[in-house]
Amino acid sequence: MSGPSNYKPTTAFGKWMHERLPIMELVQGQALDFPTPKNLNYWWTFGGILAVMLVVQLVTGIVLVMHYTPHASMAFASVEHIMRDVNSGWMLRYMHANGASMFFIAVYIHIFRGMYYGSYKAPREVLWMIGVLIYLVMMATAFMGYVLPWGQMSFWGAKVITNLFSAIPFVGESITTLLWGGYSVDNPTLNRFFSLHYLLPFVLAALVGLHIWALHVPGNNNPTGVSVKSSQDTLPFHPYYTMKDAFAIVVFLMFYAAWTFFSPNYLGHAINYQEANPLVTPAHIVPEWYYLPFYAILRAIPDKLGGVIAMFGSILILFVLPWLDTSKVRSGSYRPVFKYFFWIFVIVCVALGYLGSKPPEGAYVTWSRILTAYYFAHFIIILPLLGLLESPRPLPASISDDVLAKKHPAAVPAE
Amino acid sequence: MPSIPGGRRGNKKGKTDVSTAEHAEVNRRDFLYIATGAVGAVGAALTVWPFINQMNPDASVLAMASVEVDLAPIAEGQAITIKWRGNPVFIRHRTGPEIEAAKAVKPEDLPDPLARSANVKEGDPATDENRVVGGKEAILVMMGVCTHLGCVPIGNEGDFAVVEGSTKHGGWFCPCHGSHYDTAGRIRKGPAPQNLPVPAYAYLTDTKIRIG
Amino acid sequence: MKLLNTLGIAIAGLMLLAAPVSAAEGQMPSKDIGFSFEGAFGKFDRGQLQRGYKVYKEVCAACHSMHYVSFRNLSDKGGPEFTEEQVKAVAATFTMQDGPNDAGDMFERPGLPSDKFPSPFANEQAARSANGGAYPPDLSLITKFRPGWFGTFNQLINGIGGPNYVYSVLTGYEDPPAELAAEAPEGKSYNPYFANGHWIGMPMPLSDDQVTFDDGTKATVDQMAKDVSAFLAWTAEPKMEERKRTGFMVMIYLGVLALLLYLVKKKIWANAH
Repeated sequence: MSGPSNYKPTTAFGKWMHERLPIMELVQGQALDFPTPKNLNYWWTFGGILAVMLVVQLVTGIVLVMHYTPHASMAFASVEHIMRDVNSGWMLRYMHANGASMFFIAVYIHIFRGMYYGSYKAPREVLWMIGVLIYLVMMATAFMGYVLPWGQMSFWGAKVITNLFSAIPFVGESITTLLWGGYSVDNPTLNRFFSLHYLLPFVLAALVGLHIWALHVPGNNNPTGVSVKSSQDTLPFHPYYTMKDAFAIVVFLMFYAAWTFFSPNYLGHAINYQEANPLVTPAHIVPEWYYLPFYAILRAIPDKLGGVIAMFGSILILFVLPWLDTSKVRSGSYRPVFKYFFWIFVIVCVALGYLGSKPPEGAYVTWSRILTAYYFAHFIIILPLLGLLESPRPLPASISDDVLAKKHPAAVPAE
Repeated sequence: MPSIPGGRRGNKKGKTDVSTAEHAEVNRRDFLYIATGAVGAVGAALTVWPFINQMNPDASVLAMASVEVDLAPIAEGQAITIKWRGNPVFIRHRTGPEIEAAKAVKPEDLPDPLARSANVKEGDPATDENRVVGGKEAILVMMGVCTHLGCVPIGNEGDFAVVEGSTKHGGWFCPCHGSHYDTAGRIRKGPAPQNLPVPAYAYLTDTKIRIG
Repeated sequence: MKLLNTLGIAIAGLMLLAAPVSAAEGQMPSKDIGFSFEGAFGKFDRGQLQRGYKVYKEVCAACHSMHYVSFRNLSDKGGPEFTEEQVKAVAATFTMQDGPNDAGDMFERPGLPSDKFPSPFANEQAARSANGGAYPPDLSLITKFRPGWFGTFNQLINGIGGPNYVYSVLTGYEDPPAELAAEAPEGKSYNPYFANGHWIGMPMPLSDDQVTFDDGTKATVDQMAKDVSAFLAWTAEPKMEERKRTGFMVMIYLGVLALLLYLVKKKIWANAH
């Protein structure tokens, strides 16, 4: 890891410990004194917000498991038991359910921030790829967690999503049977989903550790995209960014609390308060909001296998994003044309989400197809070409130059 | 590298030569940091509580139904064990000699001189009368949970209150760590600190009780 | 830039087009009658919940189960808040099956506050066969799983309108329109507010003065429907008052902490450059 550490143990115990486990050096070097670009804006606080959300989900989840029963005939009732009888159980469950949505809101902002400022470009490709992996594990975790209350949407969501695998030629049927542990989604499915839903968050925590490690080797990107050149460009992480992050985290918690306490069921589906019934499918099966863009892509392709490939492809393509974007300039702020395409891409993703929530008929299908095509075109055509055709604006000489120019526009001669 | 405020608090002492205005500024700043830290700490403590309190018995456990027991089928010298709130409750129809043996002991001579019954006042002595309810001295109702570490004692195995002229033992013996209780369920020997507790119960009819 | 504008207009148009399609749920939006428990500070009206319980007990409970609610809940804070004596007395009027006893037989005893509300039928099959094939749904959570209206933004602002749905169904029986009258299914009634098509298996359940309210309120169909809808809102979300109260304190606390942290952050960054 990079980052100088001036750690000198001062106490006798500190010296004793330092020779055996230099953990204080790690904390001081990587968390307290870590040199961080001085111009990070509030979009950069979402990393800290995500760390907090992971902890919140872990803690509320562990506590909920103390009262939850993973059995097809008891799961729904045990969730109602949590909501009605367990001390503060309603709050713990609403925190966990809404926490999942907050986690995804934060991760989407975090991802789009990385896309806008080119945080995936060299030397941060591995950092970005671990991030995509984290996102995939998050999706799997959230999906299995949604099945656990064993409501109508839990059951039918599980059935539809596991059926995606039946699209795979030759072995598809065997795979779904394997996933279900039977001929349909049933108790064995619920049990294994519960097991994995408990396991995966710890995998996530480990991946987050790697993500931070990979972040601390090159250090943070920043809004100019210009690399750190001297200590003039940086500030120690503590107290500058600990306090800035803390403020942003508390503001985000207010947003989270507003949902949890005043509209706790809005982000879920009403029909999930009806116990799972394998004989009756709800009128609309709609995944949670954070999957909707991918759901729209799935349904845009009229072929079963093709839809599944497109859906997974739309996520997997993120892995190669660092090599699809040919521009040498990192930050979108200095790329006049990219900027527009970035915002179009954001709107396309939101629009796909909207289409994913609508029934697959008429104009919705047509629009889903157009926007799905655009989604892939953004990565495969627009980004590679833009890097070659676009002429970027001149970059500042260094981060501190840029900061000074913004503070005292007159003091710095025009470029 | 700029100085790090907040990171190193308490360097006020070394700043005796600074002007009054600067001094006030430092004080105001320190007050802000302390206030923020305090508010944060209080919030963290308040947040922790529901996460701990959720482990306490929930509303359905607290409201758990009481148990009614029909005593008529229990013949003299017989005992039954029922489950109440997850624990065994012993109900023994005692014989005359057992009651006499229990009455023969003075409470003040016992290792635990208190009645330990939810049906009498706290601190009442461990007389045989205080261990039963409504003067029905033949029926002994008590928790079958050793007060040492929670094992279930075995009936008719106690060293105490051996009925004279008989090889039969009375009282209870806990096999885990060797505590002996007499025919009124009072600790007589071994590591257990207290008499077996008597739960709250009442007679609905002459031969029917409700526990809880 | 032109492309961006075109696309923006296209997407806006798409969203407008899409709005009425939510009516494809096939259900007429429920009547929006105001309830005391709406909004961030709304609370249940105790008298209304007590009346609503009476309607549930004397009318609904004949066919509908209520699996997740116990008699003891009737005296819980934030609910109808009957006294504990009242709850004991109410519970005792029911006969519960219990057992097995020592002989291995099931037996009957009077209800206790810890008992769940008894179900009118032993199982779903029995319920269906007694109701012409239709299953009267469990009512514990009906106001949470049956939306009264749809629309992403509408539900964000007005909630899902579950209690309004119950009210609208109970008061929404009418003669079928002429073009539908001919195809009326056997034994079903016309109700445009019903969620599963316009034909509902439940005959109109309420009629004026069907119950006698203890507080002297006149038992019109409208009154009973309102009261029982409020009662079902409580059975679905019994901790609503605690939730809003806690939430209010949490928001104030976080607001203060955010303000303090903002000042700290500003102070610290003041000498950053």
